[in-house]
Amino acid sequence: MARIIVVTSGKGGVGKTTTSAALAMGLALKGHRTAVIDFDVGLRNLDLIMGCERRVVYDFVNVINGEATLNQALIKDKRCDKLFILPASQTRDKESLTVEGVGKVLEDLSKDFEYIVCDSPAGIEKGATLAMYYADDAIVVTNPEVSSVRDSDRMLGILSSKSRRAELGDEPIKEYLLLTRYCPQRVKLGEMLSVEDVQDILSLHLLGVIPESKAVLTASNAGIPVILDDKSDAGQAFSDVVRRYLGEHVTHRFIELEKKGLFNRLFGG
Amino acid sequence: MPATHSETEKLSHAFEIKSGPVNLPLLKLLSTDVGAISAQLRQKIRQAPDFFRNAPMAIDVHSIAEAAGEIDFIALVRIMRDFGLTPVGLCGGHERHNQAAQVVGLSVLSLARHETPPPQAQPAETPKPKTPPEEMRSKIIEHPVRSGQRIYVAGGDLVVMSQVSAGAEIMADGNIHVYGTLRGRALAGVQGNLNCRIFCHDLQAELVSVGGHYKISENIDDSLRGVPVQIFLQDQSLIIKRL
Repeated sequence: MARIIVVTSGKGGVGKTTTSAALAMGLALKGHRTAVIDFDVGLRNLDLIMGCERRVVYDFVNVINGEATLNQALIKDKRCDKLFILPASQTRDKESLTVEGVGKVLEDLSKDFEYIVCDSPAGIEKGATLAMYYADDAIVVTNPEVSSVRDSDRMLGILSSKSRRAELGDEPIKEYLLLTRYCPQRVKLGEMLSVEDVQDILSLHLLGVIPESKAVLTASNAGIPVILDDKSDAGQAFSDVVRRYLGEHVTHRFIELEKKGLFNRLFGG
Repeated sequence: MPATHSETEKLSHAFEIKSGPVNLPLLKLLSTDVGAISAQLRQKIRQAPDFFRNAPMAIDVHSIAEAAGEIDFIALVRIMRDFGLTPVGLCGGHERHNQAAQVVGLSVLSLARHETPPPQAQPAETPKPKTPPEEMRSKIIEHPVRSGQRIYVAGGDLVVMSQVSAGAEIMADGNIHVYGTLRGRALAGVQGNLNCRIFCHDLQAELVSVGGHYKISENIDDSLRGVPVQIFLQDQSLIIKRL
């Protein structure tokens, strides 16, 4: 059985799709067969971030409606043969998704994949609730600012009450916090919530902190998941996240302002 | 053991016989199929082996119609013992059941309740209780209450062992206890009980109310924020007092 991971947040623009792409690529690079599904029907984005937009023939809604098979719709990543993308439909809306349809697709995918990453749309409406309904794990992507934190908190409430696991009374979804667009300088100036502030409000297991980085936008525009940019801080931070998710103990980085030592100061490190 | 009845005896020094309520878990039979009962018991006990170890238990046959046929008490008692339970008695049985139970050494118990239909009200709780009696309407929440969630306890107290987030609402007809940080809204005595109180470990609430008298965040003194407090009504006004 595959492990189903939902990447969710409530609020838009916090980095869900970036995270889904990076996480799926990271898991695949570690040798796990991984599928990543775009649940944002009508606002298809994941294919762009993954750089496969020109290879989309069939989509998630086609599969749900039985107009295409999973194999026809899944796009194999060119950089990693363990990674497959199931794009969203751009011409439909979220009403095309049904609990049964989504359940069937996830069940079929579970047979061949080890991890299924569900990229949730923003909001708490149908697309978002269906993306998390079947999840085993949830990665709650949050920016260090109050409205994002509150929306994440709301999403956590929904995760714990409206998921299949909650309805069946099974072990609850495992919830992880991923803090993105973090900027230690601004935290120090008091312009941004700190990791501790966010942890204090959400009290969740911290999976990682992704620093605000130019590399993310560059990578998105180029259609390359940022995790592949292993020189960038964001890329490295996502690699750490994947290792932590897989159970490795990795010390958190990018939380503190980098202290420039004498050596660095002299040689411009 | 089952409740014993007698008058209090003061004359004797070696013991007294008293009438006292004893809580006893009931094995409420819904079927006479001993095989099915055995299978379900095995599953149940696997979930909480320590809880059931040597637990005394009475067999409740209220739900078994007289016409439903014989219950194989010999087999049932053996199975219960095999699972480490101590069957002590039978209740709710017809004459025929009672006789069969007495043959295998079960006492016939009478429950202090009147009718069969209502849910398994009455007893529960051995020393290590699992199913609390239903009259106790209070509720204990161990997970965080998140923004957008509402919890209401009708006719009882609400105890939250975790935090209550901003945008969450907790309400009870009785008292409210919050052992994490209270950031949301807390309303005690919502049916108008003015004697209820709110206790919280760390007050950062948006709104607190007792019996309809409320205070919003803005009107809560800064010195009372972030500290353990109790909130109650005195002469029609809401008092927040540091604990």
